[in-house]
Amino acid sequence: MAEQTTSGGHLSAVLSPEDEAGQQRFDAIIEQDSRIEPRDWMPEAYRKSLTRQMSQHAHSEIIGMQPEANWITRAPSLKRKSILIAKVQDEAGHGLYLYSSTETLGTDRDTLNDQLMSGRAKYSSIFNYPARTWADMGAIGWLVDGAAIANQVPLCRASYGPYGRAMVRICKEESFHQRQGFEILLELANGTEAQKKMAQDAIDRFYAPALMMFGPSDNDSPNSKQSMAWNVKRFSNDDLRQRFVGMIAEQVKVLGLTLPDPELRYDEETGQWIHMELDWDEFNRVIKGGGPCNSQRMARRREAHEEGAWVREAASAYARKQQMKEQVA
Amino acid sequence: MSAPSSQTTDHSLDSFGDATASATRVTPGNALRPEDIALQDTAPATEAIAQYALRLGDDALVYSQRMAHWVSRAPELEEDIALGNITLDQLGHARSFLTYAGKKWDKTEDDLAYWREEEEFTSVHLVEQPNGDFAETIVRALFLGIYQHMVYTRLLESSDETLSAIAAKALKEVDYHLEHAELWTLRLGSGTEESARRMRRALEKLWPYVDELFQDEPLHDELEGIAPRPSTLREEWTARLTEILERAELSVPEVPFAMAYGRRGEHSEHLGYILAEMQVLARKHPGATW
Repeated sequence: MAEQTTSGGHLSAVLSPEDEAGQQRFDAIIEQDSRIEPRDWMPEAYRKSLTRQMSQHAHSEIIGMQPEANWITRAPSLKRKSILIAKVQDEAGHGLYLYSSTETLGTDRDTLNDQLMSGRAKYSSIFNYPARTWADMGAIGWLVDGAAIANQVPLCRASYGPYGRAMVRICKEESFHQRQGFEILLELANGTEAQKKMAQDAIDRFYAPALMMFGPSDNDSPNSKQSMAWNVKRFSNDDLRQRFVGMIAEQVKVLGLTLPDPELRYDEETGQWIHMELDWDEFNRVIKGGGPCNSQRMARRREAHEEGAWVREAASAYARKQQMKEQVA
Repeated sequence: MSAPSSQTTDHSLDSFGDATASATRVTPGNALRPEDIALQDTAPATEAIAQYALRLGDDALVYSQRMAHWVSRAPELEEDIALGNITLDQLGHARSFLTYAGKKWDKTEDDLAYWREEEEFTSVHLVEQPNGDFAETIVRALFLGIYQHMVYTRLLESSDETLSAIAAKALKEVDYHLEHAELWTLRLGSGTEESARRMRRALEKLWPYVDELFQDEPLHDELEGIAPRPSTLREEWTARLTEILERAELSVPEVPFAMAYGRRGEHSEHLGYILAEMQVLARKHPGATW
């Protein structure tokens, strides 16, 4: 695989005959809306772009465990505690599954992990917001997982086979997560005044950040066009966002609560949902590391990794010893 | 690993072909959920049975609460999943035992978990100890794994059908917890010099709290045929532990046992903090449902 990255050389843009045949085959597969598999030839830019997207997704699952793990020990009923543990555990599973899928593109998990630790790789900005109250467990499930599902369902048809298949499995579990988040809010909304207030406050805080999870408007999203041409991305950021808003605008009525968006309306003419302007300056600030929890999330990840070093070394040493024993025997 | 559903309970869905099977006659392989136990008519027949279930429930609950801190902090991603799994399983066992015990006093699992005071808890000091490093967590898991495995195995024979049913389900899971602890004991014990040193230190640190596991109480006199006497488990427990430690190039440490009386409400200094964290939100909203 490494050879492909340098094939053609740095000085010449002319493709070798192998690459040219590969490119033709790749184009045909994309044209037929069929699947690219790990052993297939693929353009270097495609490999790079997918590695970035898939590993970012994996990192988001891993970092996303933190705000929710924060509430496991304080969950207000044992049943809720149990559901929350199961949910966070699912996320670790998604991370693992996505790292494995990304590895099929030729970058191993240790390298991907290093990219996260060193800050070179990004993860979803939403997890840099704090989970301050129990109601945030509801808002994260309903809005954050809801936005993730809206993003990910079309990715089930992504042209890269391992990614699409990973998404099928992950989306199933995510819809369970969204439902349990909604249930948390529904219970609070029908509870005491204090509970209801807690629920509304969580929705107020997570609404805009959840909408920004779809990324900047397509006019400002440099990667979108290429990603759509490769059949990885199927709908524009704005399109997915307005569909999601439409969905939650209906669901919030069931809760008897409101979305903090006075401008929200359905436009009959265009058949689109219109929402308020989002604060992209804040979005960019969080991406650059200035969110409320960026430093905390990264520190926790690094700490866990560093404190686990002796354990991983011991496991490798033990495995080597066992191997030697087997060879002797 | 699926979370308990809030749907109406239908015992027949969980049983093997027998639509009328009682949830209390669950064979290993069938899932008995706390929600099922809550719906049953049977409460513990005696105060001693309820107290016994409370002890098993408290141990599992406090242990699960401790283990929950590992989630998103494990040495590797696979361990995040494994430790989370153990946390979830133990909480499930706690919920079942507490639900059953509570029926004697007209209390729910949440009444018992969130609204009892520290001195009303019956957990042993071992589960209250801090997680420490990964070695300490593994040593405790090994001590407790062997113990729970033995207790639940004996409870399969219990004349109390609910205890036996909960144990049957728990046993399958504890079987895995024990395997996990044993594997890591071998890896760490014969891994590197550092891991072996940490394991020896962990054994010395936690050994004092082993004795409490095997102390008989007056209530055990009333549990003939229902639950094993803790003291009768000691010999086999020690033999099983010693065998695993030897394979891991480790040994039983020579340190004295601590005076620990968690069963009668005299707890370690740690439990207050554990409960403060666990109960804070529920207690802020008395009467609320979640």
